[in-house]
Amino acid sequence: MRRLVALIRKESLQILRDPSSILIAFVLPAILLFIFGYGVNLDSNRMRIGLVLEDSAPDIASLATAFGNSGFFDLRVGRDRREFEEDLVAGRLRGIVVIPRDFTAKGAKRGGQASLQVISDGSEPNIAFFVQNYAQGVLQVWMRHQNEDYGAQIQEPMRVEPRFWYNEELKSRNFLIPGSIAVTMTLIGTLLTALVIAREWERGTMEALMATPVTIFEILLGKLIPYFLLGLGSMTVCWLAATLWYEVPFRGSFFALMAATSCFLLTALGQGLLISSFSKNQFLASQLALMSAFLPALMLSGFVFEIASMVPVVRGVSYIVAARYFVSSLQTLFLTGDIWPLFIRAMLAMLLISAVFFIFTAKKTVKRLDA
Amino acid sequence: MSGHIPRPDLSARPVVVVKNLGKRFPGMKKPALNDISGEIYPGSITGLVGPDGAGKTTLLRLLVGLLLPDTGTITVAGFDAATEADRIHPITGYMPQKFGLYEDLSVIENLRLYADLRNVLGKERREKFEQLLRFTDLARFQSRLAGKLSGGMKQKLGLACALLGEPKLLLLDEPSVGVDPISRRELWQMVQQLLSGGMSVIWSTSYLDEAEKCDAVILLNEGGVLYDGPPAELLHKVRGRTWRLAGIAQNERRALLMDILAARGVTDAMIQGRSIRIAAKKDADAQGGGIAGDAAISGLDWQRTEPRFEDAFIDMLGGAPLGRSAIGELIREKAPSDKPVIDARALTKRFGDFTAVRDNSFRIRRGEIFGLLGPNGAGKSTTFKMMCGLLQPSSGKAFVMGLDLKKSSSAARSRIGYMAQKFSLYGALSVLQNLKFFSGVYGLSGKIRQQRIELMLSLFNFGNLQHMSAETLPLGFKQRLALACSIMHEPDVLFLDEPTSGVDPVTRREFWLHINAMVQKGVTVMVTTHFMDEAEYCDRIALIYRGVNIATGTPDELKEQVRGAELPDPSLEDAFITLVRQSDAEKEQ
Repeated sequence: MRRLVALIRKESLQILRDPSSILIAFVLPAILLFIFGYGVNLDSNRMRIGLVLEDSAPDIASLATAFGNSGFFDLRVGRDRREFEEDLVAGRLRGIVVIPRDFTAKGAKRGGQASLQVISDGSEPNIAFFVQNYAQGVLQVWMRHQNEDYGAQIQEPMRVEPRFWYNEELKSRNFLIPGSIAVTMTLIGTLLTALVIAREWERGTMEALMATPVTIFEILLGKLIPYFLLGLGSMTVCWLAATLWYEVPFRGSFFALMAATSCFLLTALGQGLLISSFSKNQFLASQLALMSAFLPALMLSGFVFEIASMVPVVRGVSYIVAARYFVSSLQTLFLTGDIWPLFIRAMLAMLLISAVFFIFTAKKTVKRLDA
Repeated sequence: MSGHIPRPDLSARPVVVVKNLGKRFPGMKKPALNDISGEIYPGSITGLVGPDGAGKTTLLRLLVGLLLPDTGTITVAGFDAATEADRIHPITGYMPQKFGLYEDLSVIENLRLYADLRNVLGKERREKFEQLLRFTDLARFQSRLAGKLSGGMKQKLGLACALLGEPKLLLLDEPSVGVDPISRRELWQMVQQLLSGGMSVIWSTSYLDEAEKCDAVILLNEGGVLYDGPPAELLHKVRGRTWRLAGIAQNERRALLMDILAARGVTDAMIQGRSIRIAAKKDADAQGGGIAGDAAISGLDWQRTEPRFEDAFIDMLGGAPLGRSAIGELIREKAPSDKPVIDARALTKRFGDFTAVRDNSFRIRRGEIFGLLGPNGAGKSTTFKMMCGLLQPSSGKAFVMGLDLKKSSSAARSRIGYMAQKFSLYGALSVLQNLKFFSGVYGLSGKIRQQRIELMLSLFNFGNLQHMSAETLPLGFKQRLALACSIMHEPDVLFLDEPTSGVDPVTRREFWLHINAMVQKGVTVMVTTHFMDEAEYCDRIALIYRGVNIATGTPDELKEQVRGAELPDPSLEDAFITLVRQSDAEKEQ
């Protein structure tokens, strides 16, 4: 016990004095939160488009105003589509909406069909799709108002009123930030642990430690406990930043957050310890940690890419990525609340994965150099 | 040697018993250790010597249970090292090659950690700390981070950490690598004091003067034991075969040494100030006749001299590398010049408010070997880096071949070969790839490049190793490769920063065979070293201490400076230590 305490104290002093662990535990999360909080935005608010008014009828002015006020577009208005073509090619515009010369004429005819032309950049399908849909939406709303103004009572057969639960404003930030916290925890748990153990090998301190009466379990626990606490500390900072600065709602309990984090940290630390038992230099350790922990946490956790839309094989692989369970728990905690059945299932999965890591680590690690 | 207690105590039970020990690492053709047997008795110090890759570190690791033997058994204090390592750890102190210190913990924090791990607590702990801090003279530096200590201080702290918990057996793996003579002497004295408490020490070293002072030596070579016994007995094997040629003119030493090494009947020869020490082959004619028959060295004043352990060591390993250096034969004679090749004018380097080098001036002529000596942290490497244009001096000027390094450093650098203190080649590249890369960097191309690479491969015996990655080479071969990379482009000036640190005596002789041959062709060499026998090869030496040049002169001139009643026949090491202490005394006044 005294030996364990001594090892923990030593590790804590090292964490405090080593700028790189502070960097990974606190500065890196801040940068990640900044990128995902401000930089990455999967919503397409205020897309820059060109609006070409070939038709000069008086009603058209109100249509242009409708486009401008819709909140979806950042408009540039012109008379000829050729004005905008170059900008679309250069990517300065997301699309061009053309109101053709015969627009009012066709629409005025009874039973006539007024149509707009939407030109968008198909190399970014997602955005092209948004431009198209939003333009159509603006047009429909405008036409309804036109009809009402003219006193025509047109009975719409049905109307869909969408309402989004949990993330009412459909802000992608609200689910990206919880996801990025999971990535941060992966880095602390796996990358940092693997690195510090590899460093002990490189500097020869591991050899000196192993020649003392300390046991291998004390050495492993002496690494695990400090980085576990560091992870919980970093999580608290991330949580405060997410809720106070980025104003992501938090509807679960702090207790549930810590419980889920603890389970996830065990898997991440277990993976870090296992990596360090294979690789005794820092470069290899960091490569292994990035490949086997960071990338899956980024790509296969459902944090950015929807798991449901992955091909079945990849979806299958995602079940052994602990980050998957952690990301879904975090998103639930932030946006929905304490849904214990979901948490318990996720926590059990994470504990199972960590148990596998620890069993392999225990088998692989002996108090010798040639293992 | 303390002498008053007869050591080792052969009547007691041995602490270590090794029987038919064998160890082979996967992927290696030859076993690392092959059928080793031996015993270590309490209260003795055993020197573990042998060339690089002989298996010294492997043996120490096996003794402390960090490796498992393939065959044979090891018992330490009655416990089997393979199965009862946990019983051995509490009673052994082990200091690995890199000292095993946590660089970001302070001196006292390192001690506390190892004390906790070794269960040294309460009153015992307070007393032990006080004793060790006094013993190592580290009390003043308790709160300094271990990473900020000098090499000598790190080594003492490493020893202190290994000594916590009163070990019965102390294992030290090359504790003197890269450590200056003063720290080395202090460490030796510290370990001597420990022996009186009945502790056994196994001391792995490539310094043969240390081995000579041990109670017993084990000489390992290629995984086998060549000799096991008191060092004095080994001397018998070379008695009557060692000679000294005295009174040689300063400027003729090198040429003569080269002739002697190429002569028949010689097994080893070294420069010592203005004399040359020679060991003859076993079957060579006594009186040096067999050697002196060679025309070039006849008619000199041959004197018999006492054999040293080193003579016996080299003899047992089959003699020093002999003949003439192929690189010396091949390179073109450098153009003669009256101007100094290296000219340092009042060089000063400050890092913040710390002055690493203060007002250092020296001039080195063409074809001269100039040595920088000094304790760890004295400013040798900093001076070096300023001379190669790797560091800008804070004030003063550095000229190489008349070129100002500040203005035309790249022009100057193409004339320079630099071998850094730390291994600075590409570890992931093979030997051949490193040679190709560096020959390209230095602008060699076509046929000449191919020839040079082939020359280096054969010169340094890389034959079988040329496709091995540089980081997996044994230390001696790493240093050879580094030297090869720095001389391929036939530089006019060669900067060697501790080129032979951690290299065994045989390989060190090989290095100097080449260096001497290049110098004879007019190459100018500036070198730092902690080996005093290498410093003897220098034409002139500057002794640097605390950033200041405290003495400059030929090796004999430095010795002359300290000759007195106490030191009637000072060695260069005596000169080094005395001059540094004098400087300390002057500073205190």
